[in-house]
Amino acid sequence: MNSLFYQKNSSRNIGDKVFTSLSLICVVISILPLIFLVTYILIKGGAQITPELFTLEPNPPGDDLDAGGINPALIGTLIITTIASIIAIPVGVGGGIYLAEYSKGGPFSRFIRFGVNVLAGVPSIIAGVFIYALIVSTKILFGSMYSGLAGGMALSILMLPTVIKTTDEGLKLVPNELRYASLGVGASMYTTILKITLPSAFRSIATGVVLGIARAAGETAPLIFTALFSYYYITGFGDLFYEMGSLAVLIYNFALEPYDAQNKLAWAASFILVLSILSVNIFSRILAALTEKTKRV
Amino acid sequence: MEEKLALFKNRKRFGIEKNIDIIFKNTALVLSSFVAIILLGIVLVVFFQSFESFSRYGLKFLVTSEWNPVKDEYGAFTAIYGTLITSFLSLLITIPLGVGTAIFITEDFVPKVFREIIGSFVELLAAIPSVVLGLWAIFVMEPFFRAFFVFLHNFFGWVPLFSSEPTGRNSLLAILILVVMLLPIVTSIARDSLNQVPKKLRNASYGIGASRWKTIFSVILPAALSGIMAGVLLALGRAMGETMAVTMIIGNSNAFSWSLLSPGYTISSMLANQFGEADGSQVSSLFYAAFVLMILSLVVNIFAQWLVKKFSLKY
Repeated sequence: MNSLFYQKNSSRNIGDKVFTSLSLICVVISILPLIFLVTYILIKGGAQITPELFTLEPNPPGDDLDAGGINPALIGTLIITTIASIIAIPVGVGGGIYLAEYSKGGPFSRFIRFGVNVLAGVPSIIAGVFIYALIVSTKILFGSMYSGLAGGMALSILMLPTVIKTTDEGLKLVPNELRYASLGVGASMYTTILKITLPSAFRSIATGVVLGIARAAGETAPLIFTALFSYYYITGFGDLFYEMGSLAVLIYNFALEPYDAQNKLAWAASFILVLSILSVNIFSRILAALTEKTKRV
Repeated sequence: MEEKLALFKNRKRFGIEKNIDIIFKNTALVLSSFVAIILLGIVLVVFFQSFESFSRYGLKFLVTSEWNPVKDEYGAFTAIYGTLITSFLSLLITIPLGVGTAIFITEDFVPKVFREIIGSFVELLAAIPSVVLGLWAIFVMEPFFRAFFVFLHNFFGWVPLFSSEPTGRNSLLAILILVVMLLPIVTSIARDSLNQVPKKLRNASYGIGASRWKTIFSVILPAALSGIMAGVLLALGRAMGETMAVTMIIGNSNAFSWSLLSPGYTISSMLANQFGEADGSQVSSLFYAAFVLMILSLVVNIFAQWLVKKFSLKY
């Protein structure tokens, strides 16, 4: 009779409670760093934000009390990620189109899909080493060594697998009926892809690509010996072929400086970087959730 | 009749349209093969650049820890040991935490809204650039753990891993910041594989009277094991290649020590530190170290993919 009732003190119920609390502790430990980190960056970095930050050059580290601003690094990050996107998006979307629309699951496409996953796992610093050997040390780009262009190329290697994967998966979600209908009324394959399948997968591809760009914007390792760093304003097109600063490398360099002024600049740059990356992430998450809801209805 | 035949003839596609179609397909083909070209290029370029050092030191490079640009003697044992110990130990801490979190957000302990919020919180952690984590580690984590490290050394100093006096930046801090970086990977992959376990299994287990955690340990976790293992391996690959946060906090010293409380080195932090200023045979030795790192992460990644393929169709 007794066994029909819930027994608070039986070993199985106590054991269950113990493990439930253990998993709760795991959650707390996993979540706490994020909360600490984000609040700390927002408070510490937010306090350094001034209008001059966005317009001035950083002063070279020294006893100067005033560290200047991060204008060249901010513009540099924009330029380098743009270069990376210009390279990685066409190649990645094209490759993804081939995998999703043309390949028939043969050895070639299986090998490419495998390669995409392997490339995604290549350490980011190896991409920097590769571009260093290929472009920086050979001075192949019109005799320039370290350059923003080389940095953008290194980043594009990291973006490429993300872009291919999201294109491939986004296109696979498009129902086959759309393709049959388009081919049935006499459209050629490329018209079908460009006018029917790509537009209907556009939003999921765009979300993935934007997330890939946001991730690339924060990458440092591939830039430290390809784009290097620069203290000076970017004035014209020719600056692409010279050393170029970026927010990520600025944080790295200035975090290791012994001077407080430079450290503060690193915090300010972190604030801008984290805020923009997090807002892109949150925004695309909301967008994805909204589209999923409308699809379900 | 004649008229209709002529009509049919005219319904042929224009030559130019056919050509565009073929060109489009081949362009896509070429673009997709870029992945293979880049991958092959990376392996070949790094291998050939390291050739000079490889032929000079051979496999001795992997087991000696002298790194002396003045005497031109190179051995990467310190860095290889650092890479392996930081990645394995950080994974050892991450696995229970990550899997525990994943269980919490796949079970119904709290309402679904909270679980989804926790899930997306953890995933947001993955979006924070590692250089920012490094900055945070230098200025917040290091002072925070200083007293704890002294305690660790005083009471567990007899363990070789804690045998040295704690210095400012050390390998243990690198391990801790790696845990923060790996948690989102392990958690989100473990969550996905736990979600894929069919409900039938759970109901059957409950039906024969197993408690919730008995079900989790004996039915759900074994069923999701292959997916979780693949996630763990991916995290291991990430840990070995992780550069910025580790470089900023590990202390960058090539003096070999078993202790985690002394400054160390990993292959990637060695590359980040020395590549820009190296010349001569040091460059080749750095490429050799990069080659070792690449092989390590390739092996781990390929093994992870094989695991996914081999076991993913079980249910």
